[in-house]
Amino acid sequence: MAHVHVKPSDPIDILIEEQGLDDHFHDHHDGDKYQSGFIGHYIFSMDHKIIARQFLITGIFWAIIGAGMSIIFRLQLGFPEADLQWIKPLLGKWIISNDGIGQLSPEFYYALVTMHGTILVFFVLTAGLSGTFSNLLIPLQVGARDMASPFLNMLSYWFFFMASCVMFYSLFLSTGPFSGGWTGYPPLSALPQASTGSGTGMTLWLVSLTLFVVSVLLGGINYITTVLNLRTKGMGMFRMPLTIWAFFVTAILGLLSFPVLASGFFMLIFDRGLGTSFFLSEIFIDGQALDRVGGSPILYQHLFWFLGHPEVYIIILPAMGIVSEVLSVHARKPIFGYKAMVYSILGIGFLSFIVWAHHMFMSGVNPFLSNFFVIFTLIIAVPSAIKVFNWITTLYGGNLRFCTAMLFSIGFVSMFISGGLTGIFLGNSAIDIQLHDTYFVVAHFHIVMGIAAFFGMYAGVYHWFPKMFGRFMNETLGKIHFWVTIIGAYAIFWPMHYLGMAGVPRRYYSFDTFDAFKHFGPMNEFITIAAIVVFSAQILMVINFFYSIFKGKRMTTKNPYGANTLEWTTPIDTGHGNWPGKIPAVHRWAYDYGKDGKEYIPQVMPLAEGEVEGDSH
Amino acid sequence: MARNRIHPHMFALYVSFASILMMFGALTSAYIVRHAAGDWLEFNLPTYFYFSTAALLLSSIALHYSYRSFIGNNERGYKIFLPIALVLGSIFVVLQYYGWNALFNMGVDLKLNVSGSFLYLITGLHALHILGGLACIIVAIINAFTLPYQPTVKRQVRFRLVLHYWHFVDVLWIYLLAFLLIVK
Ligand code: HEM
Ligand SMILES: [Cu+2]
Repeated sequence: MAHVHVKPSDPIDILIEEQGLDDHFHDHHDGDKYQSGFIGHYIFSMDHKIIARQFLITGIFWAIIGAGMSIIFRLQLGFPEADLQWIKPLLGKWIISNDGIGQLSPEFYYALVTMHGTILVFFVLTAGLSGTFSNLLIPLQVGARDMASPFLNMLSYWFFFMASCVMFYSLFLSTGPFSGGWTGYPPLSALPQASTGSGTGMTLWLVSLTLFVVSVLLGGINYITTVLNLRTKGMGMFRMPLTIWAFFVTAILGLLSFPVLASGFFMLIFDRGLGTSFFLSEIFIDGQALDRVGGSPILYQHLFWFLGHPEVYIIILPAMGIVSEVLSVHARKPIFGYKAMVYSILGIGFLSFIVWAHHMFMSGVNPFLSNFFVIFTLIIAVPSAIKVFNWITTLYGGNLRFCTAMLFSIGFVSMFISGGLTGIFLGNSAIDIQLHDTYFVVAHFHIVMGIAAFFGMYAGVYHWFPKMFGRFMNETLGKIHFWVTIIGAYAIFWPMHYLGMAGVPRRYYSFDTFDAFKHFGPMNEFITIAAIVVFSAQILMVINFFYSIFKGKRMTTKNPYGANTLEWTTPIDTGHGNWPGKIPAVHRWAYDYGKDGKEYIPQVMPLAEGEVEGDSH
Repeated sequence: MARNRIHPHMFALYVSFASILMMFGALTSAYIVRHAAGDWLEFNLPTYFYFSTAALLLSSIALHYSYRSFIGNNERGYKIFLPIALVLGSIFVVLQYYGWNALFNMGVDLKLNVSGSFLYLITGLHALHILGGLACIIVAIINAFTLPYQPTVKRQVRFRLVLHYWHFVDVLWIYLLAFLLIVK
C-alpha cells in the first residue's frame, strides 16, 4: 500500500510527484528499521547523512589536535629560548628542564611533527573531507535513497573510528607515538629499536593506518557503486554535478592506491616483527651490526609514494568539486567548461598514478627514470591550469554573492594557484636538488594541499551546513574566520619559500648550530605568531559551528541559495530515504543559472519546448 | 532499482576485486624489482602447492555446480555440492600449510633470503583471502540447511556474491602460482 501523505503544494514537489521515479521505498518499512531508538539513529546509524556528520565531527576533533600539535612545535622553532614550563601539565615528561628552563624534548618534537602530518593528511583531509561530503552529497545529488550498501558504509565509519582510537591511544605511550615522519620510511619504521617512537608507537601507527585503509576501501566501494548504479531517472553521467565527478574519481584513486600502501605495511610488519629484510640492508645500531641484509629502503618509498601522490589528489579533488559547485551557485552562472572540468578531473586522476617518483628524485633513483617522472609531473600542470582558468572564467561577469562559502571558494583558487606554481619548480629534478627536503617543499604542499583543501572543506561546511543541521552558520564570524585565515596562511607559508631557497632543511629541531641559518630567527618568530593567530581563527570557526547547530538562524525554505541540484529538493528536515514520496527525475544538467531570463532552473524541471540543454550535450 | 542490469552488491564486489588485485599487484611488482637487484635465492616449490591448486580448482567447480543446482530447482545437488566445496577449500589451506612446512624443512625459512620472505608473504596473504571465502561458504551452508529451500532473487544474489568471490580468489591463486614459477 502506498504511504499516505499530504498532496504537495510546492511546484517542485508536484513535479517530483508527477515525473519522479516510484521505487515503493516508503511502502515497506524495512528502510526505517535502522532508525529506531537513539543508538540505531545516532550511533550505529546506516543513514548516509548521519554518517557524514559522524565523519565531520570526528574530523573536527582530529583537526583541533593536529593543528594544536603544530602550534607546540612552532613554539620551539619560533622561540627556541622561551620557557615552555607552562605546557608541562599537558605534555608532562616531554618538557625537559634545561637549566631550569622548560624545553620541548627533541624526541617529542619529532613525534609531534609526525603525528601532525599523519593526522592532517589521513584523518582530517581524507576522512574528514571526502568521508563527510561523499557521504552527504552522493546519494542526495544523484537522487538515491542511500548508499548502495548502508551497512558497509556504517562499517567504513567505525573502522575509521577504531583507527582513531588506536592512534589517539598511541599519543599517551610512555615512549611516545611514532616519530619518523608521516611517510613512515624505514629504517626508522622497520626497526623497533631505531628510536623511541619506533617501538610501540610505530606498531600502533601501523595498526591504526591499516584499519584506516579498510575504512577508505569500504567507503570507496560504496561511493563508486552508488554513483554508477543508483543514479535517478535522467541523471546521465554528464548531468552529474562536478562534486559527484570529483568524489567518484577520488574514490577510484583511493581504491587503487591504498591497497598498495597496505602491501607496503605488510612488508614493514614482517620486517619489524618476523625478522625479514624487505626494506633493510646492512645496518648498525649503537655500533652493533644487525643480521639484516639485502633489503631496499627505496622499495618502501616506491610503494609509499604510489599511494602518496594519488593521496594528495584524493585530498584535493573533493575540495575542487565542492569549489566548482559553490562558485557556480554563488556567481549565479553556469560553471565554465563543464566537460573540460570533467576531463581534467579524469586526466589528473590518471596522471596522478605515474608521477610518484617526483618525491624520490634525491633518493638515488636512476636519473634517466627521473626524466620520465619530470615530464609526467609537469604535464599535470595542464589539467590543473584548465581548472583554474575555468573557475576564474566562471567568476568573470557573475552576480557574485560574497557569502562565507563563496569567499572560501575564491580563496581556494588563490591558494591552488600559489601552491601549484611552486610544484612546477619542484617537479624539475635539477631544481629539486636544492629544494628537496627544505622549507620550500613545506610551503608548497601546505599551500596547495593543506590550506587549499581546508578552504574547500570550509566552503562545503558553510554551504551545506543548512542541509546538515537545518540552520545557518553565523556569517559575520564566518567572514572574520575567512579573512584572518587567508591573510594568516600566506603570512605563515610565504616566508617559508625563502627559507627553503636558502636551503633551510625541514624537520630540524633547532638551527642554533648552523651559522648559515641563524639569522632566520626573526622570520621563524613571525611565522609562529602568524600560526597562533590562524589557529585562534579556527577555534572561532569551531565555536561558530557548534553554536550554530543549536542556535543558528533557522532554514525556512528548502532551497535557500536558489541552487539547481537535487539535495535542495528534499525537505528541510531530511528523513530516511531523502524524499518523502517519489525520487525526483532529472531533465537537465546542474548548471542552468541565468538561462533564458531565469535566475536558476532546477535539475527536476523538464526542458521547455525547443530548449537546448546546457553544456552537457 | 529496476533499471539496474547488475545488482549493486555484485557491482560493489567487482569493484573490491580491483583493490585486491592492486594489493597483490604491488607485492608482485615489489618482487620483480627486488628480484632484479640480485642476492636472490632460487628454490623449487614443494609439490604440495600443485595438489593444493587442484583442490582449489575442484572446489570452485563444486561451488559452481551447487549454485547451478540452487537456481535450477535441484535441491539435492545444491545441498551436496556446497559442503564438498567447503571441504575442498579447506584441503587447499591444509595443503598450503604442508607446503610451507616442506619449505621450512628445506631450510627456506622466513628470514633466510628475501625470495622466501616474499613467498611466505604472498601465499600467506592469499590464504587469508581464502579463509574469508571459507567463512562465507560456511554461512551459505548454514543457510542451506536451516532455511527452507527457496531460490528467491535475494538469496540468489547472496549466493552469487560468494560464488564470484570464490572464483576470483581461485583465479588469483593461479596467477600467483604462475608468477612464482616464472619469476624465480
Ligand atoms: C602542478 C602540480 C604539482 C607539481 C608539479 C608538484 C610537484 C611536487 C614535487 C616535485 C614534490 C616533491 C618535492 C620534494 O620532496 O623535493 C612535491 C611535494 C609535495 N606535493 Fe606537490 N606538486 C603539485 C601539486 C600538488 C598538489 C595539488 C598537492 C596536493 C593537493 C601536492 C602535495 C604535495 C605534498 C603533500 C608534497 C610533500 C610530501 C612530503 O614530502 O612530505 N602537490 N610536489
Ligand atoms: Cu606528488
